[in-house]
Formats: sequence, structure tokens, C-alpha cells
Amino acid sequence: MQQLTTIGLNHYLTISALLLGFGLFAVMTRKNAIVVLMGVELILNAANINFLAFSKYNGGMQGVMFALFVIVIAAAEAAIALAIVINIFKIFKSVDVSKRDSLKE
Amino acid sequence: MSIQTTTVIFYLFAALTVCSAAFVVLTRNVIYSAFSLLFTFFGVAALYVFLSADFLAVTQVVVYVGGILVLLLFGVMFTNSIMNPSQKTEVSNTLAASLLFLGVTGGVLYSFFASPGWMSTGKTLQGSIVGPVGFETMSRYVLPFEMVSILLLAALIGAAFLARFDNKGNS
Repeated sequence: MQQLTTIGLNHYLTISALLLGFGLFAVMTRKNAIVVLMGVELILNAANINFLAFSKYNGGMQGVMFALFVIVIAAAEAAIALAIVINIFKIFKSVDVSKRDSLKE
Repeated sequence: MSIQTTTVIFYLFAALTVCSAAFVVLTRNVIYSAFSLLFTFFGVAALYVFLSADFLAVTQVVVYVGGILVLLLFGVMFTNSIMNPSQKTEVSNTLAASLLFLGVTGGVLYSFFASPGWMSTGKTLQGSIVGPVGFETMSRYVLPFEMVSILLLAALIGAAFLARFDNKGNS
């Protein structure tokens, strides 16, 4: 009971493990490329929660700074990936990633 | 605010985060996934506040909800016909992915809870971190900061170049 009522490191690690699992599930099962991207965002959020949780209970700033950099790189990744997906849609008229196996028309 | 209230609020936000993340991956409708992801991002921002990372929480709301989610919604709108009311996504490998989910989550949780406990340094982050973030950005992390800014600039130029429309109309 003491474990459940005092919020500690393990609570955050549990949430982030669940988010990681859901993100992997989305990346593996979905055929729509946009939903695959959403799964990648979930995985990045899980990593961020871990960084911040360890930073909080360590007392240092390293985790906070790396979480900040992860957010910036997630923004860059989303922009590039969306541009690629829109190009795929323009060429093949579909965003089904299970059918795309060629790099050009 | 008493410890009890904080605990209850924490569990509420944790449940919101995990349930909406589960809905993102379990629903077939792409629009429902996108809007459920909104609640996930807000829940994660609230967890950041619990971790006394207030600056990161605001950044999460601004960048993820204001930027990435809007970008994803634009992607959904671009790549589906607006006239098509059922924007469903097909699924594959459901059994293998379920096994992967159970294996990864169970393995990670087992390694967390079976370990004899993390060594505590005895001190935790307290209060606002806006000042320390600014200090660290301009002292120890100034090189990664500059590198990530150049990376972001190059990525955005590349994205605009990739997604442009030709005068001829195709790619």
C-alpha cells in the first residue's frame, strides 16, 4: 500500500513502458503511414518520460536537457516524415506502407 | 495540497495518458487516433509537471499539440479523400504485435521491478527549472544546442523542398 500511495520512480517507469509497448504495437500493425508516425511519437514520449523521471530523482539537469533535444528532433522527424508521406501519396495514390516496396515509380 | 490529493491527481492523469494511448492504437479510424493522441500529449505534459519539469510541460504543449499534432492532422486530410467518410486503416500482424507488446512491456517492467532498487542520490529536482534550463543551455550544452538548431533548420528546408508542388502538377 505504501508503494501505491507514494509516487515514486517506478510509477513513471511503468507508464513509459506501457507507452513504449503501445507505440511498438501501432508501428507494427497499422498499414496507414500516418498512424505509424503516431506510434513513433508515442515511443518518443515514453523515452522523454524516462529521461525526466530519472532526472527528477537524480537531482541533475542532464535528463531535462536531453528531453528538450528529443522534442526538437521529434519536430524535425515529423516534418520530414510528413513530406515523404505526402510525396508517396502523390505518386502512388495510397499511403498503405505494406504495399510499397519500390523507391521510384 | 495534501499528499493524498496529489496522488489521486497523479493517478487520474496516468490513467488518461495510458487509456488514450491505448485508444490511439486500438481504433481503426485515423481521425479518432489523431484526436486521442491529443489527450495523450496533454496527459504526458501533466506528468511532466509532476516531475517538476514545468518548462518541458509548456514546450510539450506548444510543440507536440500545436505543431506535430496539427501536422499529423494535415497529413490525414491530405492523404484521405474528404468525400470518403470512413477513413479506416487496415491492420496486419495483430498476433505478432500483441506478442511483441506483451514481451517488451513485460520484459521492461520485470527488469524495473526485479532490480533491487535504484540508488538514490538523496536530492530531487524542486521548484521551477526555467532558470537552470537557461543556464545549462548556454554553458554545458551549448554545442548540442547549436547542432540541434542547425539540424532543425536543415530538416525544415528539406521538408519544404520535398513537399513542394511543381508547375507541371505532378510531384
